[in-house]
Amino acid sequence: MTYSAPKVRFTAALRVWQRNATVYKRTWKLNILPNFFEPFLYLLGMGLGLGAYINEMEGIPYIEFIAPGLLVSSIMWGASLETTYNVFVKMNFDRIYDGILSTPVNPKDLALGELLWGATRGTIYGGAFFSILFVFGMGYHWGILLIFPLLFIIGFMFATIGLMFTSLIKEIELFNYFFTLFLTPLFLFSGIFFPMSQLPQIIQIIAWFTPLYHGVELSRGIFNQVWSIDLLHHFIWILALTLLNTWLVLRKIHKRLYQ
Amino acid sequence: MGTPSKIIKASKLTKIYGDLTAVNGVDFQIEAGTCYGFLGPNGAGKTTVMRMIYCVTPPNSGQLTVNGLDVKHNMSSVKRSIGVVTQDDSLDYDLNVLNNLLVYARYYDLTREQALRRAEELIEFFQLGEKRLQNVRTLSGGMKRRLQIARALINKPDVLILDEPSTGLDPQARHHVWAKCHELIEQGVTLLLTTHYMDEAEQLCDRIAVMDRGNIVTEGSPWDLIKSEVSPQVVEVRGDAQHRESILEKVRGQIDFHESLSDRLLLYTNNSNPLYAQIQKMDIPVKTLLSRRSSLEDVFLKLTGRELID
Repeated sequence: MTYSAPKVRFTAALRVWQRNATVYKRTWKLNILPNFFEPFLYLLGMGLGLGAYINEMEGIPYIEFIAPGLLVSSIMWGASLETTYNVFVKMNFDRIYDGILSTPVNPKDLALGELLWGATRGTIYGGAFFSILFVFGMGYHWGILLIFPLLFIIGFMFATIGLMFTSLIKEIELFNYFFTLFLTPLFLFSGIFFPMSQLPQIIQIIAWFTPLYHGVELSRGIFNQVWSIDLLHHFIWILALTLLNTWLVLRKIHKRLYQ
Repeated sequence: MGTPSKIIKASKLTKIYGDLTAVNGVDFQIEAGTCYGFLGPNGAGKTTVMRMIYCVTPPNSGQLTVNGLDVKHNMSSVKRSIGVVTQDDSLDYDLNVLNNLLVYARYYDLTREQALRRAEELIEFFQLGEKRLQNVRTLSGGMKRRLQIARALINKPDVLILDEPSTGLDPQARHHVWAKCHELIEQGVTLLLTTHYMDEAEQLCDRIAVMDRGNIVTEGSPWDLIKSEVSPQVVEVRGDAQHRESILEKVRGQIDFHESLSDRLLLYTNNSNPLYAQIQKMDIPVKTLLSRRSSLEDVFLKLTGRELID
């Protein structure tokens, strides 16, 4: 019989998600507060500070121009932290995975559970951010409901990217490269703070191949109710990358943890 | 009565990591309801054999079945019937004692009620009651090991794997763990353990596979191994190398065989008392002179030329 890795089991993945939720429940009150302060500070500092010089961007107040993108970036940071540092520590230092993998949970189940949890954390970050925007008076229309599934999908996408990086490295220090040379440029050049059309053509082309850009465009479209076919194209891009990357990263984690 | 059932069967089981053959085509069969031990020094391949049995490492070749199921193609089912206590503790340090058990029970899809009932039973059995809601960090070494064993038993496994169960424990905690192991054997659990302590192997195991450098060098009950591989008694001599040499010269004709180690000389014989008396009367200074029963340590030495703990 030729060997094929066992199929991923959703219930087993859910058990891993539940484990993380049990741990999070213990400290969530402490954990969640910064999630509210962060957007507040951003909006205050950038929106009101920079906004004093830049009144409008593409015909909308500057604070409302940057808010949808900042929301998406908060999901990116939240989900990425979860499947990079936190997974690395559980995998290599705390030996928690040794314990989990000697139960019916297999490496692919474990990986899917961590992805779901990363997406959940991203959603918590994004949800907190959204509530602040709402308080600031943004997003008062029914179309805004679309933002909620989007929080989770974007969280899931960044969880797969983070986990892929984690599955490739052996030293925790290498995450500095991931954050500084990958996530930070995404944060700065995905059209959060200024329209992509201001940038050279080549950068616009590169941006099309990066994940945050599509999230920012989707979010801004939803917030400002610009219902164009472009939104669908951004959504398909995100969905395609997420599915492909999920498939790849489950295989990679299986190889890493079953050898 | 049929033939006793073999719960775990391995044939030509092999594991290779790069240039290292960790397990080199070993065969063994483990009878249900017994305690089976893998004895050998660090790096002998014991842990790798265990890891293949509980499906976290795939064999490169050979056959390995648990309850008739192949370990490579039935990972979840095999793991459902096995409880594992790893060598380095893999407890969840983000959780308290009770939650370590409850969260673990979820991995086996136990319901909340089943999990609670089982967890309380195990907390009682392993005397962890006063630490029930304490973080795992606050537990002593012996308590952590007991909690790990408790956790491994959450799903009432057919087989309990203990990788070096008493390494790093003080003598009192070791005996406590051994006592619990005996009770589990009485309850019908098949115990599978690795150890480099021969006293642990002799205390607990019905059968032993002696491992060295990826091979099983011999296999049998502790007493049979001692009887068949070495003479029943030993005289141990410590002292200067040259003094040991002269003693050996004088008694060479009367012993079955000997082992010369860096710090001592071992003389194997059927009856050590006369030999002991004879050496005592010699005019050769020795540091210590000791007459004892042969042990698994001696079996290992004889078969591999090396000591178990170096």
